[in-house]
Amino acid sequence: MSESGKFDTTNILVVGTGGQGVMTATEILAEAAIALGHDVKKTEVAGMAQRGGVVSSHLRFGPKVLSPQITPGSADVLLGFEAAEAMRWRHMLRPEGLVLMNTGRLVPPIVELGLYDYPDDPVAEMRAAGTHVFAFDASMIAQELGDIRLGNTVMLGAISDHLPFPAEVLERCILKRFASKKAELVELNRRAFAAGRAAAEAAAKAEAAAAL
Amino acid sequence: MSAEAAISIPPMTAPSRLLMSGNEAVARAVWEAGVRVAAAYPGTPSTEILECVAAYPAIYTEWSVNEKVSLEVAFGAAMAGSRSFCAMKHVGMNVASDALMTMTLTGVAGGLVIAIADDVGLSSSQNEQDSRYWGRFAHVPLLEPADSQEAHDFTLAAFELSERFEVPVILRLTTRICHVKGLVSIGERNERPVAGFTKDVSRWVMVPSAAGRRLPLMFERERRLRAEAEISDLNVVELGSDRRIGFVTSGPAYMHVRESFPDAPVFKLGLSFPLPFASLRRFADQCEQLVVVEEVEPLIETELKAQGFNVTGKDILPLSGELSPQVLKPAIAHLLGEALAEQAKTAPMPVFPRPPTMCVACPHLGVYYTLSQLRNVTISGDIGCYTLGFGQPWNALDACISMGASMGMALGLDKGRSDAEKDKKIVAVIGDSTFLHMGMQGLLDIVYNRGNVTVLLLDNRAVGMTGGQDNPGSGRDIHGQEAPRVDFANLVKALGVREERVHVVNAYELPVLLKTLREETKIPEPSVIITSQPCVLIKDYHALKPYTVIEDKCTGCGNCIDVGCPAIHVTRRDRVTKASGREVDLAFVRIESAACTGCGLCLKPCAPDAIVHVDTLAMPIKVVRKSAELTPGA
Repeated sequence: MSESGKFDTTNILVVGTGGQGVMTATEILAEAAIALGHDVKKTEVAGMAQRGGVVSSHLRFGPKVLSPQITPGSADVLLGFEAAEAMRWRHMLRPEGLVLMNTGRLVPPIVELGLYDYPDDPVAEMRAAGTHVFAFDASMIAQELGDIRLGNTVMLGAISDHLPFPAEVLERCILKRFASKKAELVELNRRAFAAGRAAAEAAAKAEAAAAL
Repeated sequence: MSAEAAISIPPMTAPSRLLMSGNEAVARAVWEAGVRVAAAYPGTPSTEILECVAAYPAIYTEWSVNEKVSLEVAFGAAMAGSRSFCAMKHVGMNVASDALMTMTLTGVAGGLVIAIADDVGLSSSQNEQDSRYWGRFAHVPLLEPADSQEAHDFTLAAFELSERFEVPVILRLTTRICHVKGLVSIGERNERPVAGFTKDVSRWVMVPSAAGRRLPLMFERERRLRAEAEISDLNVVELGSDRRIGFVTSGPAYMHVRESFPDAPVFKLGLSFPLPFASLRRFADQCEQLVVVEEVEPLIETELKAQGFNVTGKDILPLSGELSPQVLKPAIAHLLGEALAEQAKTAPMPVFPRPPTMCVACPHLGVYYTLSQLRNVTISGDIGCYTLGFGQPWNALDACISMGASMGMALGLDKGRSDAEKDKKIVAVIGDSTFLHMGMQGLLDIVYNRGNVTVLLLDNRAVGMTGGQDNPGSGRDIHGQEAPRVDFANLVKALGVREERVHVVNAYELPVLLKTLREETKIPEPSVIITSQPCVLIKDYHALKPYTVIEDKCTGCGNCIDVGCPAIHVTRRDRVTKASGREVDLAFVRIESAACTGCGLCLKPCAPDAIVHVDTLAMPIKVVRKSAELTPGA
């Protein structure tokens, strides 16, 4: 993981749009890192996030974290909740870093009005620029599980095998959130987590096969 | 704004370290300090502080109508001997400063801490001002935490300082403190005896003679505070091994300095006003040169230069925005004449902008769609979600500077109009909470001075932009309990708007809204049109059956897109040539039914009646009529 100051710090950038649960997902990642004894800082560049704008949430953890912000070019993993947003923040990634992204699209009114174009193929464009991308349709997976709001658990499942700690630690932190609520919510989130994990693994295999 | 961030209240007997935002940490410390009264007006990035304080039953908390009132409430409690607290965003102190500038003369009995949150980096504000000036202007001490732990600890220290020196203390936060989460060790509540109010007109009644006698005491207090800064634990020197540059810094900039230059000496100012010049002099002597890293104005730098220090600061660092490592490292490398270590870069990829939008079914959508139909009009705007009406597709807001300013600006636009614009209509747009905050006086001014302004008062029963907080217009207090509710129609009549010129209109009934606006803008006297549908983010709002588009019936006119609802998406575009030879762009649409809450605004501009309730599609196709029952929240 990347060198930052004197300390070995892991940098994870979670991006998406207001209302997608980006900040909650990052919070759960932070809880997992804390459970393992790391120092943690989490910060947002949210702007007017609730109004459908751009959200990027920085998570840094390690023995001792100073600045809460990830410096451009130093994110280890970029977790993109929306296709164009993953592209927007690609420059935050270190050159050998990994993008895990939802291919699902949220097209804003400014594009619907015909004032701007949505990129034709964000995944292909990032790959062409030399970025390591695991892509899957997390929105579709969540919808098939019955609730689009499961999208952030799917995304957390996807990142769970790309963290410096076991996937089960993260899963426990997610399920703990729902433990006090309905049992069926725990089960739904367990399935969403597993589906995200499988989707990222399939995407990794697909990319490896394509690279041959 | 940041309503997405969950408000989490730690258990009363807490485990050792918790993940807390700076705002949560301040709130916890307010409780621990034994505070009895806390008041605020919501404002990003400070809003969550009072929301968290309100969860502690031991503390009286309130949403005040504006920051000045919140500070006066807190001051009153401090006069009564209670520890008290008030929080605001940076621009809030502009409003509250009238009270601050004299309470610095009286001082306080119970401890009074004022948290001011600066929006360094302008994430959600109309300007980027440096609240550290207020410490200097009002001669009160100012503390600057650098992370959540310090936000907690410095809040406690601020109360101690406030009571020892009988002075209000400013806790200066920035967005990068308020909204960063880090691990915090917390403590328990320390109940304190309340001395009670002591009558003393020479102290509490600031007439000129009394105030004149308090002035020397204030300056003497500042002298003692400067001596305190020399020995305070809040100021820390870290001597590093690389003495080429010593850094003087405060607040979150400290973390960026430490991250960027791990071996450099650092003088970290926690009590950053008054400055400890003697300690800083000793520090300077141990470094080859001194650089001041402060967000955002060169305050420490200027004061050090006035004392004869040889320092560098804003001549090599930007005057605005955060001083993060990617800003600091190149500037310091250049200063040292070094090449910056070459880092492999990942190039940015251009992507469309994604500005904030109004929500699906937001009652403001219809208002701005209607305003966009008006011609020959200047629209004076205000602070809130409805400021977004300046943008696409509405382009229906022409000015916005500060809370409540839509009123006075509109009157000025009316009185200052050019001869060529004598028929121009002047409309002012203001939200319920903003009107109560600082707009009422402006309307009174319009009435009193016989202005020709049509006021649109958008009553959505919430402070929407900050996440739907309650206010005197919502009928609920900070705890969500029922509270007296302002009657806006009677209020504006009481201010002198004639009864015939006051209209309450359903924000979803566009034809009525348009007709009323057209009529009232023709009449050369003050009118007020109150729209009355709740913010879609609050519990008063009830979603209705969603709509969908019958694909075959959509003609691609694109009229519905002009409403600006984020649930309407284009499925395909086309260009056709009309019989007249004119080329027309077509945009065929679908409605994201999972997001649609059935407000029905998009039905009005849909000529071919292609928009129907989702469930009607499953049934045999029937004629679906547009009707009043489509209005939500009624």
